[in-house]
Amino acid sequence: MAEFFTTNLGVFVIILGQCLLMAVFLLLSAYFILYADRKIWAAVQMRRGPNVVGAFGLLQSLADMLKLVLKEIIVPAGADKAVFFIAPVVSFALAMLAWAVIPFNESWLISNINVAILFVFAVSSLEVYGVIMGGWASNSKYPFLGSLRSAAQMISYEVSIGLIIIGVIISAGSMNFGQIVASQDTAYGFFGWYWLPHLPMVFLFFISALAETNRPPFDLPEAESELVAGYQVEYSSTPFLLFMAGEYIAIFLMCALTTLLFFGGWLSPIPGVTDGALWMVAKMGFFFFLFAMVKAIVPRFRYDQLMRLGWKVFLPFSLVWVVFVAFAAKFGWIGGIYARWAVGV
Amino acid sequence: MPAGPWGFKMTQIDYTRAAKYFLLSDIWAGMRLGLKYFFAPKATVNYPHEKGPLSPRFRGEHALRRYPNGEERCIACKLCEAICPAQAITIDAEPREDGSRRTTRYDIDMTKCIYCGFCQEACPVDAIVEGPNFEFATETREELFYDKAKLLENGDRWEAEIARNLEMDAPYR
Repeated sequence: MAEFFTTNLGVFVIILGQCLLMAVFLLLSAYFILYADRKIWAAVQMRRGPNVVGAFGLLQSLADMLKLVLKEIIVPAGADKAVFFIAPVVSFALAMLAWAVIPFNESWLISNINVAILFVFAVSSLEVYGVIMGGWASNSKYPFLGSLRSAAQMISYEVSIGLIIIGVIISAGSMNFGQIVASQDTAYGFFGWYWLPHLPMVFLFFISALAETNRPPFDLPEAESELVAGYQVEYSSTPFLLFMAGEYIAIFLMCALTTLLFFGGWLSPIPGVTDGALWMVAKMGFFFFLFAMVKAIVPRFRYDQLMRLGWKVFLPFSLVWVVFVAFAAKFGWIGGIYARWAVGV
Repeated sequence: MPAGPWGFKMTQIDYTRAAKYFLLSDIWAGMRLGLKYFFAPKATVNYPHEKGPLSPRFRGEHALRRYPNGEERCIACKLCEAICPAQAITIDAEPREDGSRRTTRYDIDMTKCIYCGFCQEACPVDAIVEGPNFEFATETREELFYDKAKLLENGDRWEAEIARNLEMDAPYR
């Protein structure tokens, strides 16, 4: 049996199993963060949130999912049918795809590639296609406006996310998540992680992640008060469910990226406690909590404010920061904390 | 406006405001407030399991009442039909075998009703009343066209509450 897993077919079976495991984990986490999102939002507004379906309303997401699956699929007249149905699939598949390289500890990942972070960045850039195709194919004005906004917004914030990531790559000396996390594993524990040397960029990254995933306060593509639901207006039933699940999985991906790049991935913040995938999931959960809190407390940005923030504040700041990190790494400023891989601290 | 270095027009900068902007002071304040309310007791009622208090004057689902001996109160004077601003009430009447005037038909279209309570005010014998029940949603529109039997059944079911509410409200009328 053991030698079967060294054959081509065996390796294929293993990878298939890993993908299935990851898909199940992602769908389960989408299920629970959707529930957590509503609960947290409700709690801040002093409401109870879903509490009737199942114990503490835990089955609410299941009920919503069933409802969506059983509903009629409505295709607007004049819609480009093929694109209309491909769009949610693209959105969902790409959201899942990026997880192929996200590790949960040293060995728990599907594919250990050297340019993992570039891969994630490339895939999350492609996600805008799902939104654009959905808005275009709907042949309706609100979805179209929503998708146009989404395209401009995601492209704007990807620029600053890319520059922020470059800073971390310089510090870590690698684009592999495993090595990025390993380079944060120092004698200083919690204070050795990249959130401290890259402190301003943590906030910029978090805010850009909100914009990248179309979360409030940057949810202009689906701004209810002006665009009804943006690019999702004409979608119902399972296609809508795919959009929704894709959106939440993308949000969870951003939580994972924040954890891996700035908060030490699976490293334990408490000295003496073992590292592990549980820490990774716990940190991701914490960042999702922040995502949900921001949704609850910040009013939506106006579109020109969004663009100004992206191009006139985030872009120059992250650009200057990349230059600063490059010099700091090269000349080993501040005890070389910007490039431990080079100076060996 | 003073000219700055390289001939740029210098505008007045509010440094306090700029510092607040870059230190995300609004976000922190919002986060603090949000967390405070996150742990605060819920303001909402856990509705299907607990309900808010209702005034004795609450105008809910209609009911036709009976006298304690089982005789229906309504004498078919049609005052409620006359006063109903939404014209939701339809009444037909003819003498019964014992010679008393009674309704043969008493319909309320609950989809038309605006729950103003005028029928209750107009009724000289306290026959038609709006009870405390507000949970009478139906799955079809037709179920909301109430007839006499349905209204009398409501009266029988809610008599205790209706009588108590009328008694509590009586001193103020």
